[in-house]
Amino acid sequence: MTPFVVLEGVAAPLDRSKVDTDQILPARFLRRPRKQGYGQFLFKDLADDPAFVLNQAPYREAKILVADRAFGGGSSREQAPWALSDYGIRCVIAVDFGDIFYLNSLKSGVLPIALSHEVCTDLRQQLHQRPGATMKIDLPSQTVTAPDGSSHRFEIDAFRKKCLLEGLDDVGVTLQHEPAIAAFEQRYRQRYDWLFDGNLQ
Amino acid sequence: MGRTLYEKIWDAHRIVEGDDGQTLLHVARHLVHDGSVHAFEFLNDRGLKVRRPDQVFATPDHGVSTQVHKVDAIADPEQRRVVQLLERNTRAAGIVHFALDDPRQGIVHVVGPEQGITQPGMVLVCGDSHTATHGALGALAFGAGASEITHVLATQTTWQRRSKTMRVTVDGRLPAGVTAKDVILAIIAKVGANGAAGHVIEYAGSTIRAMSIEERLTVCNMSIEAGARAGMVAPDETTYAYLEGRPFAPKGAAWERALAYWKTLPSDPDAGFDAEVSLDATRLTPMVTWGNSPEDALPVTGRVPDPANEPDPEKKAYLERTLEYMGLAPGTALTDIAVDQVFIGSCTNARLEDLRAAAQIAKRGKAKVPAMVSPGSTQVKLAAEKEGLDRIFRDAGFEWRESGCSMCVGMNGDLVAPGQRCASTSNRNFVGRQGKGSRTHLVSPAMAAAAALTGRITDVRKLG
Repeated sequence: MTPFVVLEGVAAPLDRSKVDTDQILPARFLRRPRKQGYGQFLFKDLADDPAFVLNQAPYREAKILVADRAFGGGSSREQAPWALSDYGIRCVIAVDFGDIFYLNSLKSGVLPIALSHEVCTDLRQQLHQRPGATMKIDLPSQTVTAPDGSSHRFEIDAFRKKCLLEGLDDVGVTLQHEPAIAAFEQRYRQRYDWLFDGNLQ
Repeated sequence: MGRTLYEKIWDAHRIVEGDDGQTLLHVARHLVHDGSVHAFEFLNDRGLKVRRPDQVFATPDHGVSTQVHKVDAIADPEQRRVVQLLERNTRAAGIVHFALDDPRQGIVHVVGPEQGITQPGMVLVCGDSHTATHGALGALAFGAGASEITHVLATQTTWQRRSKTMRVTVDGRLPAGVTAKDVILAIIAKVGANGAAGHVIEYAGSTIRAMSIEERLTVCNMSIEAGARAGMVAPDETTYAYLEGRPFAPKGAAWERALAYWKTLPSDPDAGFDAEVSLDATRLTPMVTWGNSPEDALPVTGRVPDPANEPDPEKKAYLERTLEYMGLAPGTALTDIAVDQVFIGSCTNARLEDLRAAAQIAKRGKAKVPAMVSPGSTQVKLAAEKEGLDRIFRDAGFEWRESGCSMCVGMNGDLVAPGQRCASTSNRNFVGRQGKGSRTHLVSPAMAAAAALTGRITDVRKLG
């Protein structure tokens, strides 16, 4: 995973609630090999509309997306955050997120930030008033700096923050617990023996 | 204070707990499907191995053809490739695989319970958001993305933070014509599409207790549509009777040991929940969604909402764009909505009881619009054919297909064309879900069959 420390760039306002993962990346593109990239399919069906925000010149280079309520609900497809990051968007700010999308994003190097409804609305207003304005996301200090210079603190799980900052993938972290895992498995296989070996078909 | 079902399963699978609340849980069962291709690719790229192949089970479902169950029949080369890769990857790792020509193949969430792979008290993971389905048997079942699936394949564990708990209590006897699908749609309408975010739901109450396992599977299946991490029902005699004798369920003395554990699982009487929701089943009616979120569910007797009556500007904007996408006029009676086609299938509503309910209606007429039935698994298909349900459907002009995810997700070529309207027993009515520009109305199997016979959304209780 590419580390995420500080991100500064153009932010785009997406004035829609309930943007589910089927809209972020339609199902018909899910089976492409990861290496071929998903960026060109981001919001594929919404992007048919010339008025769609990422079709407008100032926002095309967006690195940050400011959305509304319930971003990323629905399907567990990790291709949704892949499409965002392949496009160049590495941070999504919204009021709240679908749980699985939120975790998938953290695991694929996209930082989801939950801010209040008032703050999200205000940020989108600023971005409409100053198309192409930039914002700054500082993960170490957990702050978002708006185009007008105001800053907002956000929360993130300490473990996920560390993984993002260092570009760690959690398989590596987990394997450091190998002795505990192996000991647990041995106990588990004895205690719940009907799940294993001779008791299976 | 006592513990909930969720907390008991959590505690039984906890390996390591970090200071920050991140907990490493053992994964008892991992189910994979053709969509798990990316995780195997990541694993291979990094030179990692499947740690516990005996705890992983596989079957292709998302991209398979429902016309002919052959790999060669999959028209889209990308879908064909991943079904082939599932075969290759599972063989290389030594994972049990119910391939397309295996009579145990089906939608992964139908197959797990049906084969007795899903059992009470286990942590189960699958790379699909409808994994909560398995909670109907008293398992703690999470959906996950490709990176997490890679992690589970490599370590047989998952990092999780303890969720909050929500108990949804449904009491009373369901009126005639009202099904498990209507119950869960009513729950989602009440809780909201992201209203259970951060929570694991336990469904309780006399209505849930009186439900069969297949009905409970329908309820738990759509937990994600309320935003929940998982949904579950405490195991009881219905659960044990369902599991006994299933191919992968324990037998003999092992069954007795398993049963003793399962009986310890139900939430203690003094266990606390972070949130409580209750519903009176006796007041429920058949439900229909009108919009692009499962929370947009209304009694079939209702009308499409009017944005003019919505004071909140954001909700008003959602109503306006949704009505436009759905091609609906404000205030239209739901039963005045004409449909172009009907889909009966998916992990929500394609088990044997669902097909029986739909066939009971189908036998009363002829389909006026194209209607397709895709059984949830090959076992369901065979059982339905043994009872003659396929004959009833065919005689009524419905298409009888093979099993797979089919038109619920539209990855196998079973699509709703742009602007077309489909009454569907599936779980999502999102923009473009059943195909670009598709318009979906979520209903129960009986309601879907009724819509096929009349060509419009129909109150199944009033079908002449």
